[in-house]
Amino acid sequence: MAKKPNTNSTLSKRIKSRDKETLGKIVNLADNVSKSASKGADIAIAIPTRSRSNTVWNKKRGILEMGTAIASRELFNLSQAKQFMQTILHGNSIRELIEAEKTLSLRGMFYKALHTIAGTKGEKTFAGQDESDTILEDLEVSLCSLREELHIYAKKRGTMIGNITIVDSGDEIDCRHMGSGGYAIPSITEPNVIQFKKCEAKFVLHVEKDTVWGRFNEDRFWQKHNCILTEGSGQPPRGVRRLLRRLNEELGLPIYCLLDCDPWGHYIYSVIKQGSIALAFESERLAIPDAKFIGVRARDYADCGLSDDVQIALSDTDLKRAREIAAYPWFKDHRGWQKEIAQMQKNGFKMEVESLITKDISYVTEEYVPERLKKKDWLD
Amino acid sequence: MSQSTVLDNKKAPAPAPEDRKIIPVIRSVPKTRETAESMAAKQKDISVSEFFAKNRHLLGFDNPRKALLTSVKEAVDNSLDACEEAGIIANLTIVIEDLQPDRPPTAKQSRYRVTVIDNGPGIVRRQVENVFGRLLFGSKFHRLKMSRGQQGIGISAAGMYGLITTGRPMVIHTRPSSKKPAHLIELAMNTKTNRAEVTVDQETEDFPPQRFKTLNSGTRDTDFLNPDHYITGTSVSIELEGRYQKGRASVDEFLELVAIANPHARITFVPPTRVAADDQEDLPLINAIPADATELAASATALPATATNGVDPTLTTIERNGIILFPRGTDQLHPETKEIQPHPKGIELGILIQMLRDFEAANRGGGTLYNFLQEKFCRISPAKASEFCHAIHAHSRTKGSDLEPDQVEQLFKEFQEARLPAPPTDCLAPIGVRQLLAGMLKGVKAEFYAASSREPDVYRGRPFQIEAAIAFGGELPAHDTARVIRFANRVPLLFQQSACSSFKAVAETGWRNYNLSQPRGSLPVGPLVIMIHMASVWVPFTSESKEAIADYDEIRKEMKLALMECGRKLGTYLRKRQKMQRESARRDVFERYIGEIAKAINAINGTDTQKLYDTLLAEARKRTAIADAQLDEDGKTIKNDQPDELKTDEGVVLVESRASHLLDTQSTEGTTPSTTPPPDTNGNGNGNSDHVKLPAPPQKPKKKSDNTDTLF
Repeated sequence: MAKKPNTNSTLSKRIKSRDKETLGKIVNLADNVSKSASKGADIAIAIPTRSRSNTVWNKKRGILEMGTAIASRELFNLSQAKQFMQTILHGNSIRELIEAEKTLSLRGMFYKALHTIAGTKGEKTFAGQDESDTILEDLEVSLCSLREELHIYAKKRGTMIGNITIVDSGDEIDCRHMGSGGYAIPSITEPNVIQFKKCEAKFVLHVEKDTVWGRFNEDRFWQKHNCILTEGSGQPPRGVRRLLRRLNEELGLPIYCLLDCDPWGHYIYSVIKQGSIALAFESERLAIPDAKFIGVRARDYADCGLSDDVQIALSDTDLKRAREIAAYPWFKDHRGWQKEIAQMQKNGFKMEVESLITKDISYVTEEYVPERLKKKDWLD
Repeated sequence: MSQSTVLDNKKAPAPAPEDRKIIPVIRSVPKTRETAESMAAKQKDISVSEFFAKNRHLLGFDNPRKALLTSVKEAVDNSLDACEEAGIIANLTIVIEDLQPDRPPTAKQSRYRVTVIDNGPGIVRRQVENVFGRLLFGSKFHRLKMSRGQQGIGISAAGMYGLITTGRPMVIHTRPSSKKPAHLIELAMNTKTNRAEVTVDQETEDFPPQRFKTLNSGTRDTDFLNPDHYITGTSVSIELEGRYQKGRASVDEFLELVAIANPHARITFVPPTRVAADDQEDLPLINAIPADATELAASATALPATATNGVDPTLTTIERNGIILFPRGTDQLHPETKEIQPHPKGIELGILIQMLRDFEAANRGGGTLYNFLQEKFCRISPAKASEFCHAIHAHSRTKGSDLEPDQVEQLFKEFQEARLPAPPTDCLAPIGVRQLLAGMLKGVKAEFYAASSREPDVYRGRPFQIEAAIAFGGELPAHDTARVIRFANRVPLLFQQSACSSFKAVAETGWRNYNLSQPRGSLPVGPLVIMIHMASVWVPFTSESKEAIADYDEIRKEMKLALMECGRKLGTYLRKRQKMQRESARRDVFERYIGEIAKAINAINGTDTQKLYDTLLAEARKRTAIADAQLDEDGKTIKNDQPDELKTDEGVVLVESRASHLLDTQSTEGTTPSTTPPPDTNGNGNGNSDHVKLPAPPQKPKKKSDNTDTLF
């Protein structure tokens, strides 16, 4: 993403100094390798572990944080040698990006570092983009830098519409006039890219999928209720989460989530609220501890008088997942959630948001959500 | 049994084909039915020779191909036994002449003359007819002593078969004394009387027979039938209808196996010029090297490689100019075997009664029971002998003839219940671990050899000892079922493999524990040759043709234990080889990525690419030094911290030159960027990497001698 130096000179200065810092970290990484080599010491890169075991629940702040466990990625270890090389290669690619003041997508990064290793019969540096993506996440945590600081962005996913005007890379965007498609939320929604200009909205309604979002948009829900309507295509990507967080933090808008009544929906809520395991190191700027879950609730089947046809049986995997979620420390002591999950298990089936359509096409936008909001009937 | 053996059953035990034809004819004409009297007139003795002449399959003469092999086998067994008993290191020459070289290619069989010449003690003139012309005449049947022959049937049966199929007598040259001329005797066996009829009997100086020198270019060599190597000895020629073929259960295979089990013997074989027209299987065991003169000279001048266990791996079968030479693997003749008395637990009641009678007869009715027990059995102490006398209510001075049948039976029972030491085992002459290895090295081109010799054990009161050896890898076919080669008292067993105890032992052994694949309940699969040898004073064969060892539990158990011991060594070796391959692969991995890393680091912080590459490469090599250490030409020059159990094991031989080509299967070429030569980290790093990366060494004389040095 090209920078527009004229828009904000202090911002661009900040970016310059930030880039300098990132560059320093990469050079430091390389220096460590060459120093260790000349000393005959173990050649390794320290990478904080991104796993469940290394995530800590900060009850006070209500977010998931990364623990202190650090894995050492060694060159002279048969199973790590290739990853070590890949890490160094990506480190070099990022250096080039920073120096050229350009950004690349995850896929672009994969292609940038992709070549046949010298002296082999067609062995490629990366077997696929998955390998490359993982290495980039490793670099993020290892360098303690955000993805955008590494000049990398992901595929954009997620849509926004509502009573707000923003500035995206210098372009003013009025989200009230986005037609039926809405504004595509970019991968990087940091203040240097997106600034909020004018906002009348009083809250944000985040829905799970664009199909439901489309229903709400067509019914002009955001106009009627003066809000912002977002969706994250399943588990919301970092860009959407960061934007929601900023709307919540900077503009003080409450975030209401309308998600499926299944373990996956519960997990999405959990991710929005306290952060994900894989990105625990980013929770601090992504998590929205006061996000609220307004539905679909397990009891809605009876309360709303839904037909039998909306039931989708819970599989063994679902049940296992439900038990896991119920045991999450942030759900464990939450009576409302324990009840909710128990009710779903008792029902023995899950329900999608679309199941509300069986009542009436606009039941969800005209009755269900407004009623919940009015009654303040939600879980948090 | 003696010559006058009368079979107890008065009726002919062997219904000859003619007899069977007559029976329905008699039935159709009831009037001429036999009376007891007329039948009695027809009842008469059956000569053993006649019996076997009609039942020649019992002795291994079922078909022309097997007949040829059996004839060679019997003659070779006799020769080796004779040499051993006389303490002579055996020289054997086997010649098979094709007497119908012009036969049509479709002919199923042909007439051959089989001649076996040895340097044994020879046979005194008066015994020649008995040895060659009578069935069941021999020195080996009555005693309990480990020898190849047992019954005294073999060579005479071969002569008899020749006589039946060609009408030609056996020709025997024998020279019992180096100072006297040899005897030339031609004899034919009279099957009715079980006696030999001599047609030619004269003295001659022609020993070894010089006639054979002119057969082909190989036989004209001075070393062939050199009279200095055959000072005394015997030569037997038999003409017979046979079929010469290569492949499994052929004369060639038999001789190879004999050479393996008798590493002290030098065996020369002149095969017939023509092989039967049928498709010929390849012999998987060995591929004799066609050697030309220069190569022979080269191998002769090469320094003999000496292994710590005294096994010379350079000795292999040589085929040249129409003769096949199985060289001598060792000059040590194994110690002579001792004869032992039977063990009380190993005899049967009838034998006990017969022994008592014989003892009385020998002592003219004056032998006491006490003396009988003391003299005719092993492992009966004086106290034990008195105990036995007492137990059957007899006095120690009671005469054998005074014993009631009940008492003899009681004695037999006492034998079974008594606690007696196992029979002595010094009567056995196992091949020995070293010799087993020498034999296997000579005949099997593998990379790993292990052998094991069990302690003697006892079945039915008879001592026996099991030895096993395995050869793995090298040039053996990798995806075939393992080959089992079986020996009993150093005689190869070629037929009825699946009926043999040893086969069952191999199949029951869990080879998967040793990193080999093995379908359930069958032989393992892989480049493997398994050798099993049973040494005993009496080998329990399943039939007179001595083709399979009977399946006694004690024997099978010992076989399995011996195999397991070899298997464990093989397992250790295979695991180590895998580790070597892993280490080598590991270094490849590191070397592959180091170049990329050096370039990227250079781009980031400007470190000198070449310098960093070299440093990292050196480090990678240092860390994978195990791979180097194992593959190094000198074997142990590179640091090798852990003591290597296989290297100090006397029962193991490794031929690394044959092993190295297996490592090559995973290609290592091009692991180093061409701009940077691999640094020489350990003095001979270059030589070492050559050794790993080059394909299997070509058969050049120079290279060959180099590689044999890698034996340790």
